[in-house]
Amino acid sequence: MLNDIFIKPFADMFAAPDFLLQVLWEGLVSGILYALIALGFVLIFRSSRIFNFAQGIMVVFAALTLVGLHAMGIPAWISVGLTLAVMFVLAVTIERVVLRPLVGQPDIILFMATIGITLFLIGFGEIIFGGENKVMITEELGIPTDSVVLEPWGGLLILEQKDITAVVVAGLLVVALLLFLGKTRMGRAIRALGDDHQAALSVGISLQTIWVLVWFIAGIIALVTGIAWGARAGVSFALEVIAYKALPVLMLGGLESITGAIIGGLMIGMLEKLFEIYWGQPLMGGNTETWFAFVLALIVLLFRPQGLFGERIIERV
Amino acid sequence: MLYRTAGQFKTSYKSDMALFPVRQDAVLLMVILGFAWVVFPLTASEFAFQTLLIPILIYALAAQGLNILTGYAGQLSLGTAAFMGVGAYACYKLVTLFPWMNPVIAILLSGIFSAGVGVAFGIPSLRIKGFYLAIATLAAQFFLVWLFEKWGWLYNYNASGAIQVPNLDMFGLYVAGPQASSIVQYYVVLAVVTLMTLLCINLTRGTLGRSWKATRDMDIAAELIGINLMRSKLTAFAVSSYVVGVAGALFVFMWRGAAEPNLFDIPLSFRILFIAIIGGLGSILGNYLGAILIVGLPVMLGTVPQALGLPISSATVEHLNIMIVGALIVFFLIIEPHGLARLWALIREKLIIWPFPH
Repeated sequence: MLNDIFIKPFADMFAAPDFLLQVLWEGLVSGILYALIALGFVLIFRSSRIFNFAQGIMVVFAALTLVGLHAMGIPAWISVGLTLAVMFVLAVTIERVVLRPLVGQPDIILFMATIGITLFLIGFGEIIFGGENKVMITEELGIPTDSVVLEPWGGLLILEQKDITAVVVAGLLVVALLLFLGKTRMGRAIRALGDDHQAALSVGISLQTIWVLVWFIAGIIALVTGIAWGARAGVSFALEVIAYKALPVLMLGGLESITGAIIGGLMIGMLEKLFEIYWGQPLMGGNTETWFAFVLALIVLLFRPQGLFGERIIERV
Repeated sequence: MLYRTAGQFKTSYKSDMALFPVRQDAVLLMVILGFAWVVFPLTASEFAFQTLLIPILIYALAAQGLNILTGYAGQLSLGTAAFMGVGAYACYKLVTLFPWMNPVIAILLSGIFSAGVGVAFGIPSLRIKGFYLAIATLAAQFFLVWLFEKWGWLYNYNASGAIQVPNLDMFGLYVAGPQASSIVQYYVVLAVVTLMTLLCINLTRGTLGRSWKATRDMDIAAELIGINLMRSKLTAFAVSSYVVGVAGALFVFMWRGAAEPNLFDIPLSFRILFIAIIGGLGSILGNYLGAILIVGLPVMLGTVPQALGLPISSATVEHLNIMIVGALIVFFLIIEPHGLARLWALIREKLIIWPFPH
């Protein structure tokens, strides 16, 4: 028993390093996607203290809109533009209809409101696009679908090009986002709002504009995530499940930290794959990916209640 | 006029702190109980029992359990369904291991297992707060559902992986299983729910309830005035999980008749959270109002297209339902963030002074 837990998995790893690399790569790719969803959460949380549960369904909704528009005969890249327009309309609508009347309410109320939005979008999406699984328009968008075969140590490592594309695009998106937040006027306004609402309002930053902007950026991130994940697994409402995975990522990385979201996402993606392959399947009957991330995050939180990169929680009476 | 409180003088502390300081409240409650115990059972159809009365009571009880934790003790939990599952599986093991056991006793005992698991998952709450805790409770949600699926002992290693409620009788009357009649099940549920509600009302009024409320309002301040936070939070987890576990046992044994692990998945947790929040956090009455709304609404919406003669497929109706429920949640949060119970409280205030404006 002890041998199975402590020795055999590591022996297996050393015996087949190419397989280990393959597992890590798979984990890295899903980790990137978790990180992207978590990024959407973090942006909205930082600027408005809203725990946006709807981020997952926004991913599905964006991907479905893209595929749906393309199915109507619109060229792929124009569909992407139109989808962005739809996400913008969605952001404005959510701000107008839901958030504006709820300004200043307790966090849990706003959280519930985003769950309400989630349900609404699920129903709406199913009526418009139907519930069946759809194929992402990978080739039409010019994403290569071949795979790269490497042979480290005489083994075999298969990297799919669409996964490589996803990693690269996600990296670029994160850099762009960090530049936007750090260097532009709008980005600084977002961060100011996150630091102190009232102070930001008093120097003339418009809450409404920033909220729409932030939700729109979250929508763009959702679209990228939707394309990347859809290319791997098809587009359906099952995608929503991965949104839950972003939650332990947030816990691990800290609710306010962009770096935390990315590092947390990669860590969770890789560790859960490793655990599943080397411990979960042989010892526990598999499918441990559903809970591993949460338990890991829980254990980390016991030692660091604000997550690895979150703002230190200072409590005063 | 009907609700005038003038002339009802309180002459002692005890009468001021009574459960119903206003006489009309007691009368109203008697009327509602009369309906629940006598009128509904006499008039309700099989359909009404199965789609409205029994589920409303069970959901209200589950929401009440959650409300103790979230509404009274301020610890947001997203893992309610998993604790319902613990109650249901514990009850299943109890009745299959000890077939002679009275089913109602088994249901009440199964809550204890759920309470134990609840305390174990409540321990992180001593260090983790707010949304971090909410996500931590998701760990319980996903881990327990996985365990229900993988641990064969829990479902007696049957091939389907689901638990099937056997025929259980009490004093010669079938109360659970395929042969039980709805009316008997309704009375069992009603009795258990009434008992639990009485327990909850009195707990939340007492020392324990006050320490929960203090913890909710500001836990550091509560600690400074001498409340043992550990005891307060863990008892909240224990009592809440007990009630939720009993609700889970009722859910499977008195209503569904069978359960697969994914029945206790996250949508059920959210459903119960909706009931608690739309009903009103920190209110017992609210759970019932919320359950009536959330359970009753889809049933109502399901009958509307037929009544209007619209040719809509049942799948579309279901999607429309989800959409409308989502929209209504947002709508209710906007008009009254403190829930339906608050709405009733406002109406009651108005009734007390009516017909005068002030």
